[in-house]
Amino acid sequence: MTNLWMDIKHADLITVMGGNAAEAHPCGFKWVVEAKAHNNARLIVIDPRFTRTASVADLYCPIRQGTDIAFLSGVAKYLIDNDKLQHRYLSAYTNASFLVKEGYDFSEGLFSGYSEDKRDYDKSTWDYEIGPDGYAVVDETMQHPRSVMQMLKKHLAVYTPEMVERVCGSPKETFLKVCQMIAETSSPEKTMTSLYALGWTQHSKGSQNIRSMCIVQTLLGNIGMLGGGMNALRGHSNIQGLTDIGLMSNLIPGYLNIPIEKEPDYASYIAKRQFKPLRPGQMSYWQNYNKFFVSFQKSMWGDHATKENDWAYDYLPKLDVPTYDVVRGFELAKQGKMTGYVIQGFNPLLSFPNRGKMTEAFSKMKFVVVMDPLQTETARFWENHGEYNDVDPSKIQTEVFELPTTLFAEEEGSLSNSSRWLQWHWQAQEPPGECRSDIEIMAEIHLRMKAMYEREGGAFPDPIVNLKWDYAIEESPTAIELARELNGYTLAPIQDATGNTIPAGKQVDGFAQLKDDGSTACGCWIYSGCYTEKGNIMARRDNTDPGNRGIAPNWAFAWPANRRVLYNRASCDPEGKPWSEKKKLIEWNGKQWVGFDVPDYGATVSPDKGMGPFILNQEGVARLWTRGLMRDGPFPTHYEPFESPVANVVFPKIKGAPAARIFKGDLADLGTSEEFPYAATSYRLTEHFHGWTKHSKINAILQPEAFVEIGEVLAKEKGIAKGDWVRVWSKRGSVKAKAVVTKRIKPLICDGKPVHVVGMPQHWGFIGETKKGWHPNSLTPVVGDCNTETPEFKAWLVNIERTTPPADRERTA
Amino acid sequence: MNVQVSRRGLLKGIGVGLAGGTLGALGFGDLQPAAAAAVRPFKLAQMRETRNTCPYCSVSCGVILYSLGDRSKNAKSAVMHVEGDPDHPVNRGTLCPKGSSLLDFVRSETRTKYPMYRAPGTAEFKRVSWDFALDRITKLLKEDRDKNFVAKNGDLTVNRWTTTGFLGASATTNETAWLTYKTVRSMGALVFDNQARV
Repeated sequence: MTNLWMDIKHADLITVMGGNAAEAHPCGFKWVVEAKAHNNARLIVIDPRFTRTASVADLYCPIRQGTDIAFLSGVAKYLIDNDKLQHRYLSAYTNASFLVKEGYDFSEGLFSGYSEDKRDYDKSTWDYEIGPDGYAVVDETMQHPRSVMQMLKKHLAVYTPEMVERVCGSPKETFLKVCQMIAETSSPEKTMTSLYALGWTQHSKGSQNIRSMCIVQTLLGNIGMLGGGMNALRGHSNIQGLTDIGLMSNLIPGYLNIPIEKEPDYASYIAKRQFKPLRPGQMSYWQNYNKFFVSFQKSMWGDHATKENDWAYDYLPKLDVPTYDVVRGFELAKQGKMTGYVIQGFNPLLSFPNRGKMTEAFSKMKFVVVMDPLQTETARFWENHGEYNDVDPSKIQTEVFELPTTLFAEEEGSLSNSSRWLQWHWQAQEPPGECRSDIEIMAEIHLRMKAMYEREGGAFPDPIVNLKWDYAIEESPTAIELARELNGYTLAPIQDATGNTIPAGKQVDGFAQLKDDGSTACGCWIYSGCYTEKGNIMARRDNTDPGNRGIAPNWAFAWPANRRVLYNRASCDPEGKPWSEKKKLIEWNGKQWVGFDVPDYGATVSPDKGMGPFILNQEGVARLWTRGLMRDGPFPTHYEPFESPVANVVFPKIKGAPAARIFKGDLADLGTSEEFPYAATSYRLTEHFHGWTKHSKINAILQPEAFVEIGEVLAKEKGIAKGDWVRVWSKRGSVKAKAVVTKRIKPLICDGKPVHVVGMPQHWGFIGETKKGWHPNSLTPVVGDCNTETPEFKAWLVNIERTTPPADRERTA
Repeated sequence: MNVQVSRRGLLKGIGVGLAGGTLGALGFGDLQPAAAAAVRPFKLAQMRETRNTCPYCSVSCGVILYSLGDRSKNAKSAVMHVEGDPDHPVNRGTLCPKGSSLLDFVRSETRTKYPMYRAPGTAEFKRVSWDFALDRITKLLKEDRDKNFVAKNGDLTVNRWTTTGFLGASATTNETAWLTYKTVRSMGALVFDNQARV
């Protein structure tokens, strides 16, 4: 979230699209209700299903899943055509006036530089025109045909209200009503907040779905504002933290990158990451990349990371492909190229697409280790559970370990929520049986590996035996010791910004004190400030909220730098005066920036310096057009899902997203709309949390068994009544479930033809208190988003028919 | 900074004060000791309160865990009740259908309790010791790493290990995540991911 949960109360308009907050984030959704009750806010819900969020909306607009880009591009076109723009914001705070260099082009759905063989782009033309002074060239009038504004207009031209209706199945009148309501927030006094979740991300063009709304919000001047912003409602309690700390193939904590193999030494790596300003006087904060990187290396390898050895650059692995994400990991396993998997608190057998492929992949590995507080299906992929897990254990030669771990009530530490708050929690009970914490298990793995490498040697032992491990009890580092490392500390005396000397061995106050000369260590620069010499900032519990801004600045710690609303400099006009007095966050008082939040700006940089509010960007402004930063294009473009019930009417030659990675076997596993005519999607219920709550008795009683949701028209066509058993199948598998026939799903008329939506909640498996059932992953295709490799769980094809119950349910059916 | 704010003392005080005060005001002063003895003590007042966070979605509602046993030596504590934390600025005491039933999650019958091992081709898990499990796991890891570690690709130093994968957990703490990162990355592992995608 750029903003925070409480801030939703300031919104004048809330748009929920690509999510269902009322059911998936109920206590956060309370703030939407608060805005409606006390701020006269209105709520728009755009969703294929009439969800419980829709049931309290002022306007509900149906949409076919996988067509969000066409819809939102239509909204952006409406705003430009009707001059509903925040003009000063647009000219001062965005790249609308920047010129795109010659050679960049877009035609028939493809950007310049496409290679069909590689399914990838040569992005060299996707950049600004650079002037002789080394800066990007701008045309303040935005009239130049190669200005981003004119390029945007051209790109959006095709998305007329009529086209939106043909593609999305959203009635033109409802779509236009949505546009009118959104357009009202172009006033500097009014803001719209965008709330979204996996309904946007789980598509082959998920990142571009989000980009589309970013364009709308930027045209309206709603970024950086109270009650505005782009608000990703993350799925899990600490998925934000896991991402921040970089537990991904290609990341170093704080969104730094693991090097690629074409960056053989530190000089070549850092040369690509100088991030010099692209306009005069811009901060371009990533210029400090080297400080964060060197401090990270010192945190990992201490005295073994020196200037002479390139800060132990060789200790880091180098990538030969963009990422070894889960999807690639299990593709390699299926090919017999993986030896083992160590899985912490994760149930991939049910959470990654194509269950059949996952089972095959697991069965080919030599060993699988599962660390979990619950008995997961993954740990029992080899165990026969009748038709729910129809495997023959005698044919599976995998060694499997199930290690019992503690859960939240049995440990202390911090979790980062969607608002970027690091909140500390404490232990309330002893763990059952012989459970150990994940910390203790990982420590044992490291210490035993280290001992073996010291004793026997082996492949490149250096990064293992030299890993910094100075915890009081080596086998059981404490959460506080680890939090202190994440925050960072001095290794030698340093000077702070005011010239004071900070001695060695002190916690730093924040990332501004980090150095590139080895005198500081810091595990995760964006978390710097979480555990300082003042103590554990994450454990703060002062909920006072000056000015009733919904900020509570002394509750826990928010990254970065305890800032609660990102880009808050943009809440003021170029002179430093808030666009709206009612929505004041910060302001320039003649000497410095002051207000309710930590300024996202140089604290004493005066407005007349012309420094832009988007201080991380080299441009200093927000990007309507993203240069070569996205793999699939600088503007969002409508492509159909890889399995779609209709043809692409916008760009008939192109089916799925042209730059999405898809493995050969998975491509062959795609079905067609002739065989599988219905548009399926997965979703969550309010009574369950993924596969976890099926282990909890009350939740199992509330929602005991799997079902499939279909509309009345399709049910009638197929002769299916409420409560009947149905078979749902795709090219990849077949499952059974009870039918729930509702008015919540209605056929969408796309290009004159009805499209029926089939909804599948995703909470059942073969272990736990609920009845046994199937997860939609038995049916879903293996293709990921172009930029993030998030699987396309929200738009795929199935067929459906009435059937008989599964064997274990025959008597009760 | 780490002070646990306890409301137990406060609740006790309020309970006694109300009982005494109300009865006293009604003119039954003499009955006070007997009446106070008849008032059933508020069960939660006997319990230890611990501030925690709901482990499910990213709203991360504040919860108060009530447990019996003061965690002194030989007094094993167990959570008995869960409530929303009224001081928490986001949930302000509320919990959803998932958070309200956290007690059943903590006490789930299908929790793992002992290290289990399934040998190749067999049809059941067998209980093993932690030492057996950790020795065997690290032996398997080292064997694979030593066999498949790639130090060079031509002239380029690449130092990568891509034949064993690691997955992080979205409900573990940041501190756990950091220790996991250190352990996994120091081995040169690249097949490394978490739930951010699902």
